Parts: sequence; structure tokens; C-alpha cells
Amino acid sequence: MKAISVKETRKLLFTPIVENNPIALQILGICSALAVTVKMDVTLIMCIALTSVVTLSNLFISIIRHYIPDSIRIIVQMTIISSLVIIVDELLKAYAYEASKQLSVFVGLIITNCIVMGRAEAYAMKNPPIKSMLDGFGNGLGYSFVLLVVAAIREIFGSGTFFGMQIMPETYPVNNFLLLPPSSFIIIGIMIWVIRSFSKSQVEENENPLKAHTFKPLTVKKEVQSG
Amino acid sequence: MADLLNLFVKTVFIENIALSLFLGMCTFFAISKQVKAAFGLGIAVIVVLTITVPLNNLIYNFVLKEGALSWAGLENTNLKFVGLITYIGVIAAAVQILEMFLDKYVPALYNALGIFLPLITVNCAILGASLFMIEKNYNFTESVVYGFGAGFGWALAIVLLAGIREKLKYSDIPEGLRGLGITFVIVGLMSFGFMSFGGILL
Repeated sequence: MKAISVKETRKLLFTPIVENNPIALQILGICSALAVTVKMDVTLIMCIALTSVVTLSNLFISIIRHYIPDSIRIIVQMTIISSLVIIVDELLKAYAYEASKQLSVFVGLIITNCIVMGRAEAYAMKNPPIKSMLDGFGNGLGYSFVLLVVAAIREIFGSGTFFGMQIMPETYPVNNFLLLPPSSFIIIGIMIWVIRSFSKSQVEENENPLKAHTFKPLTVKKEVQSG
Repeated sequence: MADLLNLFVKTVFIENIALSLFLGMCTFFAISKQVKAAFGLGIAVIVVLTITVPLNNLIYNFVLKEGALSWAGLENTNLKFVGLITYIGVIAAAVQILEMFLDKYVPALYNALGIFLPLITVNCAILGASLFMIEKNYNFTESVVYGFGAGFGWALAIVLLAGIREKLKYSDIPEGLRGLGITFVIVGLMSFGFMSFGGILL
């Protein structure tokens, strides 16, 4: 096996964080992300769970990629992923019971998280194990980055705490808007705006059918009214 | 009967699977550019959910639940830990069978839904509804209503979003916010709208 250069490792690990973020650019894996971002500690556990699943699933799928028949590859990938998720779920129930209660079904939903399936299908099926593992880890970090930022904003400005510690002055009123789940959509929307303001290449094309019109001032017809 | 109707209304509006529980978001954003495509996908989700949720309910109650295998003489088995892999297997199989069945007997429907069906296996809304059904411990009748209601709610949400996005094309939006960004904000606002249904009881 060929050793991977430092530069390549860095590229695999860090491009998914800002330049090619799975949530902000590829619209993958937001499904379970939004409901778990009220508190930092729960979010952190979710991020660790997802990152470990995507790293390991990429590794295992890449190891057996030459033996998977093409026609049933989705089922094979799904079996590997769901086995990993079951292990994570049981571990959480054993060692972090409170958090696992709060995450409820969202740990199970890692199976259908598009990031995991997407990376398995797009990367691990075509690349050697170590590279796939790094790619999975990088994408896990990209997902965690967005989730942790959203959770930090919601917890600090919503309830005035950070990891449960009071950091805003005691007089800070609880901001219910940020504690409600829909606010995370708006926060992510604004994050996308910020990211795309810096890297213009991500801006989507204007699909407005009226854009061909130039905005020159209309010439007002002067009608002489008779009578 | 009133209970079931209540459950239906609750599932469609208060606990809308897309806008309050945030499930199936990947396809929700990806296929909501045109009302026609959104409508087709919505119908496919309704069909698949109405079939898979009751199916998983039966499997949970007669095979996986603690002591559920007593009819086979196995009193002390608890197969809950293989739940996740079973549900996803059931969903994948059901979607595959449905696809083959439609292809053979109802070609018109197959042509309309066909391209969406493979997408649905990996849709979080489908697995999520099954998991919520297990967590809330519904019986068989309730699970049928819950499956249909969840699908209906999801379809309603995606058709509404597609309607807004079709009009949105004509508006002048700042560059970075165009496309995905503004869609997120709109879904957030729609989600706030659906929250106002909270507390409805029939």
C-alpha cells in the first residue's frame, strides 16, 4: 500500500469543513441534525457518534469494495452501516444513558443519514481503505462543525449557558425563539450566506427568467388626452 | 374512532414529520423546485409509509419485543437490539417489492412514481416514522393511521414548499443567499407557522 503524503491527508481532512461542507454545500445529512442542537453536550455526543460511524463505515466498505456485487451494493452498505449504528446505540445506552434518552430516535437515524451513505457510495467504493477512512473522518468533522456552531449560538444566546455553565449575566432573559427547533433552519440559512459571501464559487446561478431584462427606465408615453 | 381522527390530525399538523421533527430533509430540499415532482414524491412517501409502518409494527410486536416470541416457545428472548437493522431491511424489501408489483400490474403509476421509489429507501422520514411508532408504542390500528398521517403531512409540507419556491424564482435575492440559503430560511418560517397548530384537539 502506498503511503499517503501529509499534504493529501490535510486535503482529505479539511476540504469538507469549509470549502465542500456536506451540510452547507451538498445539502446532505441535515435530517437528524436540526432537532438535536439545543444543548452543546447532546450535540457533541451526536457529532462523535456520526463521525465514528462514517469513519468506520468508509473503512470497512472500502476494504471489501472489490467483493461487493454491483447490483446489491446498497443493501451491503446499509447492513454494514446499520450494524455500526447498533453498536453506537448500545454503547450510548450503556455509558451515556441520559444523552441517549434525549437523542431518542436520532441515533438510529444515522443509518439513513445521507452523509454516511453518500460517502460510502461516492468515495469508499472507489478508493483504498486509509484514504476512505480519512475522507469519512473529514466529512464527519464538516458535519460536526456546522452542528456545533449552530448549537453554540442556540445555547449561548438562547438560554445563556455553554455546556450547562452560566456565561451570560444572570439578568439575561431566556430567548425562546432560539430554543425552538425552527430557529436552527434560519441559523443554518444565514451560515450558508456567510460561507458563500467568502467563496463566490459556491453561489448558485440566478434562475430568474426575468433576469434577461435590463433595468433601463421605462419611457413614459405621453398621451395627450383629448377632451 | 375519535381517537384515531385525533391522532391523524396530530400527526399531520402538530407533529408534522418534515416541519416539526425535521425528517427526510435531504430529499425535502433537493426535490422541491417544482410542484409536479414534489407531488409525485409526496404520493410515493404516503404509499410507502402506509405500508412499512404497520409492517414494522407487526414485526416489533410479534418478533422483536421482550417476550414477544412466547408463541414460538421462547419465553425469555429480547431481540430489541437488532431492531434498527430489521426495520431498514423491511423498508428496503417493501420498497423493492412495491416497485416490482407496480411495474407488473400498474404501469401508469409505476411511470409516475418509479424514479422516486429507490430514493425513498434511504429517506430518513420512512425509518424515522417507524422508530417513532415503536417509541410511542402504538397498536396495529394506530400504526396504520400514524403511517398514513405521517406520509400525508410530509407530502403536504413538500408541496407547499415547492409552491413557494416556484414563485421565489422571480424575486431578487442577495447573491450568497440565493437558492439553498433562502430555502432554509423559508422552511424555518414555515416550521414556525406549523407550530401554531400546537394544542389542537378534536
